[in-house]
Amino acid sequence: MSAHPVTLVVFFALFAGVALLGLLGSRWRAADLSQLAEWGLGGRRFGTVITWFLMGGDLYTAYTFIAVPALMFGAGATGFFAIPYATLMYPLLFLFFPRLWSVARRHGYVTAADFVRGRFGNRPLALAVALTGIVATMPYIALQLMGMQVVIAALGLNYTMALPLLGSVSLPLIGAFIVLAAYTYNSGLRGTALVAVVKDMLVYVTVLAAIIIIPSELGGYDKVFASVDPKLLILAHGTANNLGPGFAYVSLCIGSTLALFMYPHAVTGLLSASSRHVVKRNSMILPAYSVALALVALLGYMAIATGVKAMPAYAAGFASFGNNFAVPALFLHMFPAWFVGVAFAAIAIGALVPASMMAIACGNLFSRNIYKDFINPACTPAEESRAAKLTSLAVKLGALIFVLELQSTYAIQLQLLGGIWICQTVPAVMLALYVRLNPWGLLAGWAAGMTAGTYMAWTLGFKGSTYPLHLFGLTIPCYAALSALVLNLLIAGVVSVVASALSVVSADQTVAEDYR
Amino acid sequence: MDEEKPRRKFHPVYLLLALPFIADLWPPFYNRISPELFGIPFFYWWQTLWIVLAALCILPAYLNEVRRGK
Repeated sequence: MSAHPVTLVVFFALFAGVALLGLLGSRWRAADLSQLAEWGLGGRRFGTVITWFLMGGDLYTAYTFIAVPALMFGAGATGFFAIPYATLMYPLLFLFFPRLWSVARRHGYVTAADFVRGRFGNRPLALAVALTGIVATMPYIALQLMGMQVVIAALGLNYTMALPLLGSVSLPLIGAFIVLAAYTYNSGLRGTALVAVVKDMLVYVTVLAAIIIIPSELGGYDKVFASVDPKLLILAHGTANNLGPGFAYVSLCIGSTLALFMYPHAVTGLLSASSRHVVKRNSMILPAYSVALALVALLGYMAIATGVKAMPAYAAGFASFGNNFAVPALFLHMFPAWFVGVAFAAIAIGALVPASMMAIACGNLFSRNIYKDFINPACTPAEESRAAKLTSLAVKLGALIFVLELQSTYAIQLQLLGGIWICQTVPAVMLALYVRLNPWGLLAGWAAGMTAGTYMAWTLGFKGSTYPLHLFGLTIPCYAALSALVLNLLIAGVVSVVASALSVVSADQTVAEDYR
Repeated sequence: MDEEKPRRKFHPVYLLLALPFIADLWPPFYNRISPELFGIPFFYWWQTLWIVLAALCILPAYLNEVRRGK
């Protein structure tokens, strides 16, 4: 497996150009990047359009191009849960997050944990939210590294080398990691915002080409669907004592939807908007990305229709990366060499930009809510900013370990694993925008949800995320994020009632007017 | 119109926001092949269509908030 030289030239030219733009981006609307709000929030002044590009980075990632089509390719209709997920997040964005923007602006909050500390006056709860954000983001970044790894390997650079401690490591993975680390450390959110615009242009060109050219060469969408095993084309039906894949589908959708805006990088994207109306308008224009996501998901079926899996040219790729190789193989098979370079650059940059945003957001979270609150309260702004940059590096190393340790058939499992954890902050962050439970109740619920969610993921070997619950003789296959969240809310509610009966009170820094 | 009503009063326009959830969270309704659209099974085009419809469901609530200067 070796790519055409033209592909390599186009890929590296585009990739280098974008990386350079990121470095120049740090000088865009020049500011002092040793200040955390400047490095990490871009100075809180992005309008509707830039916010649209930035938030689009949350949706258009390796998740879109590699993980979802791979699941469709291997498992069929189940993979399409990403589409209702990418639909229902927007009514929630509209209802909840303008309130977060307003209260954050009023009190100068930069992270979700800042809000929790102000809202509940409870340091342990804020620490729990901060730690969860950092831990949950690692597997999500791992998914991006894996996406970059797959396309670099597909360029014909699929070599491995032996390293001390780590054993045999793939060079594409190490390359992906180094590019990400160097890029993020230097540019912060300003660089990322500028590159996000270029990235989306590349991605849109690739999506349009893929959804027009490939189906027409394959003889239309009906031919594509006809090539899929009819058993996989819709969800299997449940039985009298098993709610079946339909329930799992819905639970994956709800769990993912609730999780998305809890991720530190999504909060960063929202809070860097210049007004609450920017957030509201984006809840109506961001779905444009979801439409493209739906079409990209179908690339999995197009890969089935072309029969790339049986072709000797791609055997090595499928052997190394399983179904995650479906889209790169499809592009190599269907596109001319130069456009493969464009498409692969779009995927690699489409993984790089969000991974960098995620790492920056984790850096913010650590420096503000852990370093400054618990380790070095007297730190200077420069020290705080340095702690953020070092954390963003550490988080990427954590992500690298996730990639190495969890070589799953489906890359999407990495994102779903992060979702299990981040979902446990929903009651203390998202729900708290409307309803204020007792902080000790929330902490108890969080602990229960994290334990149960991690236990379920562990029994599935961290390679699955839909855990079969057995209740009243009924088998309920449910995304662990959602079942753990239900437990979390139950415990939080009960403990809150008890705590208020015992008059355990805590200070709320915010008032109703702050949320409007 | 309802300009005289108190600001916190629930406006029925928010009920539209429930529609996408009903449409997308009941697979027994959409988990089927026919009717197909341009060769695309119902399962796929129904859920894709609702991406756009969901955005349209938000619009009246947004306009309502803009009108009230919120």
